[in-house]
Formats: sequence, structure tokens, C-alpha cells
Amino acid sequence: MTLNWYNPERVQQLQAALAERILLLDGAMGTMIQAAGLDEDDYRGQRFADHGDDLKGNNDLLTLTRPDLISDIHHRFLAVGCDLIETNTFNANRISQADYALEDRSEEINRIAAELARQACAEFEVKDPAKPRFAVGILGPTNRTASISPDVSNPGYRAVTFDDLVLAYREAARGLLDGGADAIMIETVFDTLNAKAAVFAVEEEFEARGARWPLMISGTITDASGRTLSGQTPEAFYYSVAHARPFSVGFNCALGADQLKAHVRALSRIAATRVSAHPNAGLPNEFGEYDESPEDMAKVIRGYAEEGLVNIIGGCCGTTPDHLAAIAEAIRGFAPRAQPEAQAA
Amino acid sequence: MSHGDNREKRHTRLSGLEPLVITPELGFVNIGERTNVTGSARFKKLILDERYDEAVEVALQQVENGAQIIDVNMDEGMLDAEHAMVTFLNLIAAEPDIARVPIMIDSSKFKVIEAGLKCLQGKGVVNSISLKEGEASFLEQARRINRYGAAVVVMAFDESGQADSAERMLECLSRAYRLLTEQAGFAPEDIIFDPNIFPVATGIEEHDNYSVEFITAARELKKRFPHSHVSGGVSNMSFSFRGNDLVREAMHSVFLYHATRAGMDMGIVNAGQLAVYDDIDPELRELVEDVVLNRRADATERLLEAAERFKGEGRREEKDEAWREKPVAERLKYALVKGIDKYVTEDTEEARQAHASSLEVIEGPLMDGMNYVGDLFGDGRMFLPQVVKSARVMKKAVAHLVPYLEKEKKVGDKKGKILMATVKGDVHDIGKNIVGVVLACNGFDIVDLGVMVPAEKILAEARAHEVDVIGLSGLITPSLDEMVSVAEAMQREGFEMPLMIGGATTSRAHTALKIEPCYEHGVVWVKDASRSVDVARKLASPKNRVDYLETIAADYQDYREGAAAKRSRKPLISLAKAREKAYQPDWSAHQPKAPRRPGIHQIDDWPLEDLVGYIDWTPFFRTWELAGRYPDILDDEVVGETARSLFDDARAMLDKIVAERWLTASGVCALLPAARDGDDVVLYTDESRSEVLERLVCLRQQADKNSENLCLADFVAPADSGVPDWAGLFAVTAGLGIEEAAQRLPEHDDYADIMLKALADRLAEALAEALHAKVRRELWGYAADENLANEDLVGEKYRGIRPAPGYPACPDHSEKTKIFDLLDVPGRLGMQLTENFAMLPTAAVSGYYFGHPDSKYFVVGKLAKDQVEDYARRKGIDVATAEKFLRPNLSNEA
Repeated sequence: MTLNWYNPERVQQLQAALAERILLLDGAMGTMIQAAGLDEDDYRGQRFADHGDDLKGNNDLLTLTRPDLISDIHHRFLAVGCDLIETNTFNANRISQADYALEDRSEEINRIAAELARQACAEFEVKDPAKPRFAVGILGPTNRTASISPDVSNPGYRAVTFDDLVLAYREAARGLLDGGADAIMIETVFDTLNAKAAVFAVEEEFEARGARWPLMISGTITDASGRTLSGQTPEAFYYSVAHARPFSVGFNCALGADQLKAHVRALSRIAATRVSAHPNAGLPNEFGEYDESPEDMAKVIRGYAEEGLVNIIGGCCGTTPDHLAAIAEAIRGFAPRAQPEAQAA
Repeated sequence: MSHGDNREKRHTRLSGLEPLVITPELGFVNIGERTNVTGSARFKKLILDERYDEAVEVALQQVENGAQIIDVNMDEGMLDAEHAMVTFLNLIAAEPDIARVPIMIDSSKFKVIEAGLKCLQGKGVVNSISLKEGEASFLEQARRINRYGAAVVVMAFDESGQADSAERMLECLSRAYRLLTEQAGFAPEDIIFDPNIFPVATGIEEHDNYSVEFITAARELKKRFPHSHVSGGVSNMSFSFRGNDLVREAMHSVFLYHATRAGMDMGIVNAGQLAVYDDIDPELRELVEDVVLNRRADATERLLEAAERFKGEGRREEKDEAWREKPVAERLKYALVKGIDKYVTEDTEEARQAHASSLEVIEGPLMDGMNYVGDLFGDGRMFLPQVVKSARVMKKAVAHLVPYLEKEKKVGDKKGKILMATVKGDVHDIGKNIVGVVLACNGFDIVDLGVMVPAEKILAEARAHEVDVIGLSGLITPSLDEMVSVAEAMQREGFEMPLMIGGATTSRAHTALKIEPCYEHGVVWVKDASRSVDVARKLASPKNRVDYLETIAADYQDYREGAAAKRSRKPLISLAKAREKAYQPDWSAHQPKAPRRPGIHQIDDWPLEDLVGYIDWTPFFRTWELAGRYPDILDDEVVGETARSLFDDARAMLDKIVAERWLTASGVCALLPAARDGDDVVLYTDESRSEVLERLVCLRQQADKNSENLCLADFVAPADSGVPDWAGLFAVTAGLGIEEAAQRLPEHDDYADIMLKALADRLAEALAEALHAKVRRELWGYAADENLANEDLVGEKYRGIRPAPGYPACPDHSEKTKIFDLLDVPGRLGMQLTENFAMLPTAAVSGYYFGHPDSKYFVVGKLAKDQVEDYARRKGIDVATAEKFLRPNLSNEA
């Protein structure tokens, strides 16, 4: 009943690289976009010049209106040695895009975003065929929680259902795979029920296509108790998504590398698959900015490598190509976390 | 190879908020059985009665009693099982002390199972599937379960029926295991066998060996499939001893003693009610053992005989209630930390009696508890969902104290002095009074200047009283400009105290864009009474004030910049274009009915008892900042109790108002020949329609949208259509005599004072509704047969509308002057309009009647400059005045 890999060769390349070293995932798309200082017109482009809603801040839309900028960001991360780059699709799902009245563009955004990422990888693979690069199609958490009521007075209420989420994720996954993503990552999971809906949708899509792609899952620990927003411990989170047989499981966002480490360690102890982490550049300062320097962050990440905690490392909010360059340097020569054999299959 | 878990042994790994790894060391896994409508009569009743809060309590007890998983079953003919399952699972998901354990979704209907799986963020268990309907459906269900991520209980049942012998149990379950692992992708550790536990000692000989068969099957299953589990519903075996809990518990205990030794490692049990094998009376134990192990032919008879002697209460469910023994302060703290609201009202009351004042209860034990919660959260020992629950408990405790706080109005060291005033031209003060009470209860000294207070007086009193903060309130639109004037005057005269802005018409946007730039020493918009304490504390504290005001100033600056960036977006369409998109009824299809009784009608002293049924209570609760729809709000989990007590007080006062004629309700209305002229509604002196009596100047929507751009005038037939149409005007009040009525109230009883005003408001609205009904049914008579219940009236299911100037369809308050003049409202009813067009008494409504079947309420929204200029021209006022009247509707470019 297990489906075969859609592209066994590429998966084999990825597995081989992972067996050899810690792979580098890219940094923060949002931070790079913010640095570009775009205005409303940039976001709109010609195509959406007459759109009725404000579009500034809809970073995913830039895939359609400023593909040059997105490609450039991919190039800059690839240039410092990133092995895996994430598509610009964090909010490119029907539920989040509804805020901009662009829900019907979700699938297209995913497809084009995957094409941009794949294209950027291909360009670097031509330059250096010995170093394969991978376009990871990102499925974000959406802006709703399926297992928490947004209304304190009405704990049984839900703003989104499992079925809504499956529909939105299925559409996004279809776009990502049509656009040529090498893998899919369900990322920044703050509510595991959302992630389970994403798994459900992705598996349906795999079944419809008669093949599977590596599926990566990364949760987020949002409070000091070391739980997800929806209240799960790292262990409970992993057991709740283990049925997806994830290619890797990890944590990202919310915390800096320093604060995240204990939680990654908890996961690393129990995960029967590869472990990833892409923390923020420190904790936000009083202006809400992430200002940990590349050197400081790399120093902490080096500790991850020394301890053998991870197979994949990258950056989330606030991390620039400079951060990734410093991290690449810091992890050089360290063996990846020992992988369970069964995963090689 | 599927679940490639070589890192650790093949343990079953389930999860709620926390993991449950079933290792051999863990021993027998208790699955709570009481949240099952088929097994618990009490739970069934709770669910059927929709008493979900108590049903949730049952789940909590199970977990507190040691259930490691809880089984939820809603299979009952009278229930929509799918709905009940989803409702219950969503509710327990919000209870961290329950949600920490995995859930077993128990149903014989796969639809219900699937609906339940869609609610579980953790990895739960499905109970159950079987081969009853054959392999294809079994595999389809198994694959779907796997895709949701859950373990599965498989029952010993196949196409030929339910297995009742060890041999058949093994046959069914071994086959199911093979299918699950080989074809459905299940890991062995995610499979739980239920070989079937049937009742024994029923008096039917064929049943005598059921337990032995189960135990034999369990032993063999564990041998064949060591990574899988054996489970079952234990209570079923003692079914024939219903009513004799002592014997039943002994039977369960003995059964489990033997079954677990054979390999049964999970079971659905009443976690609070398990006897310890060694504690069972030796004689009873032996009799039970004879039955369970089928050791002698007369075992059943002997047990039945002896059972009477052992009849007892059984063990009572012992919930850990030890905390109830502690001193009240600790109980409150415990309840806050644990989020238990069950006893909080009685505990709060006990604390209140032990303290000198209610405020001390809040500032003492309750705040201590909340601070402790805050510390735990900060330290990572509590997490968000728990904190949310704590807040709910706190809310309930404070709600209990509010009426006492009102009464106490504690004196003592004051936190600061705050001047409160409703600005010039505005007479609304309910919101201001609530804020005043709340602040006074929190130790602030309040200088309340009342309503219609001119800027000069506010400034003079602020100086005289040396207040720390000035608070301005307003409900009607022109008050916004008045607040700007006050801010400008404060700046001009060198004031330095901060300014708080509140009231229904105010907003962060207006405060940031218009008021704050006028005054450099701090302007803060306060969303509602609940926020006012925090804001006032910060403003009155010399230490925090500077930082806080800087934050607010920065926030407003951001807002202004954001607003600037937004400008020119969302373009409005031109007035000409909007008019092209007017709603155009087919006047040949609808012939307006001439009123049965045209002209002016005055109704003095409408019987109050007739108005009570017309009251829409939902806005009444909103006045008190209780959110929710009436009557649902009375049963609301959080505010229900407060709402009920408030409602009781309201009804009690309303009875007095009605019985003792505290208030007089009167109204006047007119039905006049009318025609549309552009965006105006022209009213004629008589049916010759030759002389214009007045022109009601209306506004048209200018948003760029697909639907029509509405204007109230669209609902009236144009003069040139040849169709004679009609429109109406009305003004009502229920506030006549309110000042005298207030004298009847106990002195300084703010609660009663606010209640009286709120009720007068409701009665005025009720009169507006009642008069409208009379107009539709009698005076105009276009709906003579109409007969609607109050909820339909509230839901506006009738034909025709009664929009009021100052509200969204006609936002200009100044149009009220025409109604007041035409109907001679001051002369007939003794009502007045202030210089800014607020009505006195405040419990009043005035507006228009339109009768077209398609007429409806709408929001005019933003207006472009072209319409504002056109409006000024039509109304005969200058543009600056029109802008003042239409302030909140002006688009940024206007």
C-alpha cells in the first residue's frame, strides 16, 4: 500500500546528502522581503492594480507580482550554500488569502512559487552539479486554529473545521507539486490539528498522483512551558503526526536558537526520523525585531551540531543570508544526527 | 517497514496534550467509561438535556480518578450522535486537565468516528471497527483511520457474526491483524483487540464460560501478536448483578486479576470504582472466582444466593476534593490555578464575608491567585489554555462581587482623581456612569460633571478639583468634534493632565487622527469599561504615565501613517455613478397603499405593560458589557449567572416601573404624501401634492460594489412616476418622569440608577417597535393581517423600516430637527433637541417610516467629497457644517 517516491533519484540524492552531513535550510523570506521596503504598488503590480483590498503585507502575492525579488532572495540563500530553499508560500492558502480576497489565487501562487524555487535550484545545480539543491514546498499554519476557540466565552466554538483545512491544503499542495517542489514541509505548526489536516490533504494528493514526495513537518513552541500554542508537549506533538511517516520532524520559529535547543533535544531523543530546526534570530527586541547577529546565532547552532541534535538546520524570522553563511561555517565538519535505518527506505 | 521505528521498541504512542507511551512497565491501562451514553444513565441524561458543562465535569472526574484514556460514546437513538460527539470533544479540548489524555472515540457508526477524528489534535483511538461488513469496508475504514492518525480497536466480529468462543475470537482477530498490517499500513502497536466481554452468571448455561473464553483468547493473542494490545469493556461481564455494586466491583476486580495475567493490558473501566483484589472479602472473592473461571456448575446459583448478603453501596466515586478543606484564600487560588469554576461563587462569597470589603477580596486572594497564575505561566509551568481557563474563573468571581462593589463604593486611599463628563450637546451617560462605577470601585476618586458639559466648565472643574485625568464620553456623532474642541482648549490653556476618550461613537481611528494631534500631554481611547481600570491606573501613576503615553503616542503615530498609506485606496464611485446604480423598484408592480388614517397621530401614556413584550433584551445586556444574545445569554457558560441575576434585577425593577407608573411613554407620528426627488424625499402638505411641506435630505452609498448603491429615497416612488406614495415620521419617548423616578431609588445606588436608565432606553425602543406595528397594521394599514411574535419583531421580519437619523442608513443627526418641527415634538411630548441634536429625555427614538416591501436597513458608509458638497447644497448649509455633521462618514479625501 505504500506509494513509491515520485522521483526516486532525487530522493536518493537527498538521502545521500543527509547521510553525509547536516543540510542547510534557508533563512527568513519575510525578513528579506521587509528589507526590500516595498510599497502598496509593488505588492499590487499591474495585475492587481485594481484589486479592491489593500495588498501590502501579502508577501505570498509577490510571487506573482514581484517574481524577480523572490528569485533574487532564493539566489542569495543558495549562494551562501543552502541545500534546501523554502517556497514563498507561508500564507498561500485559501484560508489566509481570504483576508485579501485572493483565495482563488492560492493554487496559482503555490505553483509559481514552486517553479521559482525549483528554477533557482536548477541554476545552481548547473553551476555545481556535485551539490544538489532542493525546493521545499511550504504549507504554513493558516491564520485559524482548529482545536482552540478564539472566543474565551465559548470554548466549544471553532473558527475553522478540519474539512475547511483539508480543502485549503489540498489545493496548496496541488500547486506546489505542479510547480515542481522536491519535497513538502508543513511548517510552523502551532495547532497540531491544523497539521493533521495538512497531512490528510497531502496524503490524498499523493494518492491521487500515485506517488509520494518527502514530507517534512516542523512545529513551533510558543510559550515558556515548552508547549505548542494548542498545548502539546514536543513528544505529544511528534506522536500526533508520526502517522505521516515524516521524512523529517522539527521545530521552527517563536524562539531563538538558544531557547529552542531544549525542545529540539526532546524531539531528537524520541524521533524515529530525521530532525530539523530553524530557529529565529534570537527573541524579538522591544521593537519586535530580531537582532541576534550571525556570529552569535552561529555559535549557538554549533552547539546543536556538537551535540548531534539535528540533520537539517536553517533559520526563521530575522535570519539573512549572512546568518546562513555563518551557520554553514559553524556546522562544517560535524556529523549529522544518527539516522534510524528504516528511514533510508 | 512502514512505521520504521527502530529507535525505540514498538511501544504504542498515543497523545492528548501529553504523550502516553504504553510500555510494559506501565501495567494495565485504564480507559474511562463514564463518558458513554450507553453505559452511564447519568451521562446520557446530561447529554440529552444538553447540560454539557456537567458532562465535561464527568470527563474531568474520570481523569482525576486515574483514567489514562477516556472513552467517549454518543450512540443513542434520541441523539444526533455526530453533533453530540463533535460538541463534546470540542468542549473537552478546551479543558487542559482533560485534554492531556488521549481520547477513545467510541461509536458503531463510522460517520460519527470520522467526525470525532476531525476534532482530535492528539493521537487517539478508534473504538471500533470489525469485519462484520466484510474485508473491503474494513480496509477502507482502517485506511481512513490511518490517514487521520489514530490507533484502532478491532472487535471480534466477522461476516458470520460476533465471536463468543476463544477459537472464533482468535479467528476473527488474527485475520483482522493480517489485513491491518499487510494491507492498511497499520503498525502492530496501533492495533488493540477486543475479543468481546459478555455477561456471565446470567442463569443461561451457555454463558457460563464467556469469561474463560475471553481469558483464553487474550493469552493466545498476546502470544501471537506481542506488540498489540488486548482490551474490553469490563462492566459488561457483571451485567446480571445490576444494582449490587459491591458484587459487581468484586467481579470486575477478579476478572481483571485473571485477564491481565493472561495478557489483557487495557480495559474500559469505571476508573473511580475498582476494588483491590486483595481487599475483597475472601468469601465473596471465592464465590466470584468460581463464576469468572467457571469452576463449578452451581457457581452462579451460589453467588446469587450470597449476593444479597454482600449488597452494599459499593465504593463511592472519590474525587480528589481534599482542596475543599483548605482555607478560603487557598481554595480561591487553587480554583484559579486549576481553572475550576464550580465553587468559585460560593468561595468568593465566603471570602467577601470574611473581608472588610469586596475590593479587598479582589485585591487580596483573587489577585494573589492571578499573580500566581501569571508567575506559573512566566515560568512555563502553566500554558495558554490553562491561563484562559483561569481568566474565566476570575471573571466569574469578580462578577459575583460587582453588585457589592456598587454598594460599597469603597473609600480609602485613592488611586487618583478622575473627572468624567459627557460633552456639550450630548446627553448619553450610561456608558460614562458604568466606567465611573468601575473606576470608583477600583479606588479612584470620581468627579462626575454629568451630561452636556461645555469645554469651559470641564477645564474649570478640572483645575478646581486638581484631577489627574479627564475622561470624556459621547454617543452621538457631533460629540466627536466637541471632544476635539475640548482637547484644543486644554492645549491652549496649558493643561498637562492626560485625556481619556470613550463612548459608542468614539474610536481608536478618530482619536488617533483627530484628537490626539491637538493635545500634547496624552490622549488615550478606551474601548470599554473593562479596559478603563488598566488605563486609568497607568495614567494616574506618575511612574508609569510617561512610558505608557509614549507607547500610545507611538501607536497612534503608526496608525496615522498607516491611514495615510491607505488613503486613496478603496476608491469610492462618483455620486453620479452611484445614482445610476440606485435601487429602482418596479412601480408598476407595487402600488403603495394610501394610509387608512393619514395625518398626525398622538398617543399619550401608552400602557407600559403592553410594551414589556416588545422589549429586545439583547442590547440591554450589551449595555452592561455582557456579550451574547438573549435568551441564550441566560444559559451562557461564562456570563449566564451574571446575566440571570442582572435579568432578575431588571425584571424586578421593570415590574415596579410598570406597576407604579414610574415612567410615561408617549409618541407621535405622521403619515404624509411623499415622493422621491433625486436623493430627497419630498413631503407634501396634502394629497393634491402641490405644496412641499418639507424635504428629507438623504445620503447614498458610494462604495464600489456589485449590488445597488442604496439611498432611503429609493424606497419612495418618484413624483414623475405617477404613483402616489407615502412616508411617515415619528418620535417616541419612555423617559418622561425619569428624574422623579430616580428620586425613588436609594441614594448613591449607581447600579439602580444605571438600571433605570437602561430600562427606560429599552422601553423607548419597545414603544418605537409597538408604534411601528400599530402603523403597519392600523394607521397606514398596509399589513393589516400581520401577526408576529416578538422574536420576529426583533428579527425585523415585517415589511417596512423605521430608520432613525444618526444611525447607519441616515447618519446625520441634524435631520432630527425636521421631525421635531413637523410633528411639534416639543409641544406635544415635551421632548427637546440639544444644540447638537441629542434628544431629551434620552430614552427616545425618532425617525422615518418607509413601507415599500423591499425597503431595508443598510449602512451608508463612506462619502466622497462630491456627495458632501451636493448634500450641503440640498440642505442649504455650508460644506464645513455638512462635514461636521457627517464626520465619521467622510472618506479621507473629503
